[in-house]
Amino acid sequence: MGAEPLAADRSAVEPAPMTPRPHRVLRVRRETPGVVTLALAPLLGDPEPGAPGQFNMVGAFGVGEAAISVSGVGPDGAILHTVRDVGAVTHALARAPRGSLLGVRGPYGRGWDLAGSLGGDVVVVAGGLGLAPLRPLIRALSLRRNGFGRISVLVGARSPEQLLFLAETSRWRARGLHVDVTVDQAAVGWSGRVGLVTRLIDGAVLHPSATTGFVCGPEVMMRFTARALMSAGVEPSRIQLSMERNMRCGVGLCGHCQLGPFFVCRDGPVFGHEVVGPLMEVREL
Amino acid sequence: MERSIADLLAAHPVFAGLALEDLALIAGCGRNTAFPPGYYLFREGARADQFFVVREGRVAVEIFVPDRGGLVVDTVDPGEVVGASWLFPPYAWEVDARCVEAVRAVALDGACLRTKCDGDPRLGYELMKRFARVLHERIQSAQLRLLDLYGTPGGR
Repeated sequence: MGAEPLAADRSAVEPAPMTPRPHRVLRVRRETPGVVTLALAPLLGDPEPGAPGQFNMVGAFGVGEAAISVSGVGPDGAILHTVRDVGAVTHALARAPRGSLLGVRGPYGRGWDLAGSLGGDVVVVAGGLGLAPLRPLIRALSLRRNGFGRISVLVGARSPEQLLFLAETSRWRARGLHVDVTVDQAAVGWSGRVGLVTRLIDGAVLHPSATTGFVCGPEVMMRFTARALMSAGVEPSRIQLSMERNMRCGVGLCGHCQLGPFFVCRDGPVFGHEVVGPLMEVREL
Repeated sequence: MERSIADLLAAHPVFAGLALEDLALIAGCGRNTAFPPGYYLFREGARADQFFVVREGRVAVEIFVPDRGGLVVDTVDPGEVVGASWLFPPYAWEVDARCVEAVRAVALDGACLRTKCDGDPRLGYELMKRFARVLHERIQSAQLRLLDLYGTPGGR
């Protein structure tokens, strides 16, 4: 009987899972044209950044909410969300000024499973804004650098101007991570690589049987990246993908993000390729 | 000790696994080369009489677009080859290839190699398979980039 009063007390102070907690926009950082990173802190209580790969439902009051991955934690503990201005909700979020209030529900979903990759090589492959959900994972890897073999971070972007977190990628290199960047198209002044991100994989996978792949980006990019990783010898069960579907409730109730037998918001967004790979080949899903 | 052209080719992914006699035959059409940054290996419209097996450095494949200037549509790094127009008539380059960094490469004479492949169809088939794979990968890369994956709304 002793536990019941405690449970009752908790329900009295914790909001229901569908109720957004008001968060203050502490900082707004312009990353690339149309992409900003918001640093958010709750008005009441402590920030809940969650585990790397989890997401929040972030809402602009009166407009709506969208599933946004946590892209990091600020030095002051603020939760970082990197948002691309592509629709009504993300437009409102991307234009939220410093000091304004946003609603946050979460963190939700299953993040990256890092435990299984300990001791082996790691290949992180990011396409476009997919680097944002991978950033907490890369930070975790770099903080535990000695726990892994070779850590490769492969980044693909539309153009040099669209590359995210450039200053941070330099710090990752300084910490001993192998970072390779490629863009789809560039002007003549660009001295880096131009080409598909999958072309970087052969050079990054040195010990395929002991390599774990973490992939996030547009679904087509992930499909071909997973193929390239498998072609390099990486086991499907060691390839993790962060899926993006139309997530509305965040807790597996509404069904908008259904992918076969799964709800991406509740069972994902991170899935093993052996689970989600066959589903990605089904055109009707 | 300076490595022979056949040794250099044997260490290159595109030629890896070829029989020694095949490598020696191909190497007979090759020479070791080095180019400074900014040097154009070839220019659009010029005769395509050779191709390059890149050993060190990066080469940018460029197309000049009126009103937009030069655009880099691909880059070639060590372990890859630059140039396929030597394979097909009219043997003319359709793009520019510029050294982004100092480049060391084996230059292979296209006419010499075509003659040897005509005389030894088995070698010719083996080389065609390897070049077909390179071309297939580049076509697939171009197709996927044509989708503008990272730029479309909803794309991550």
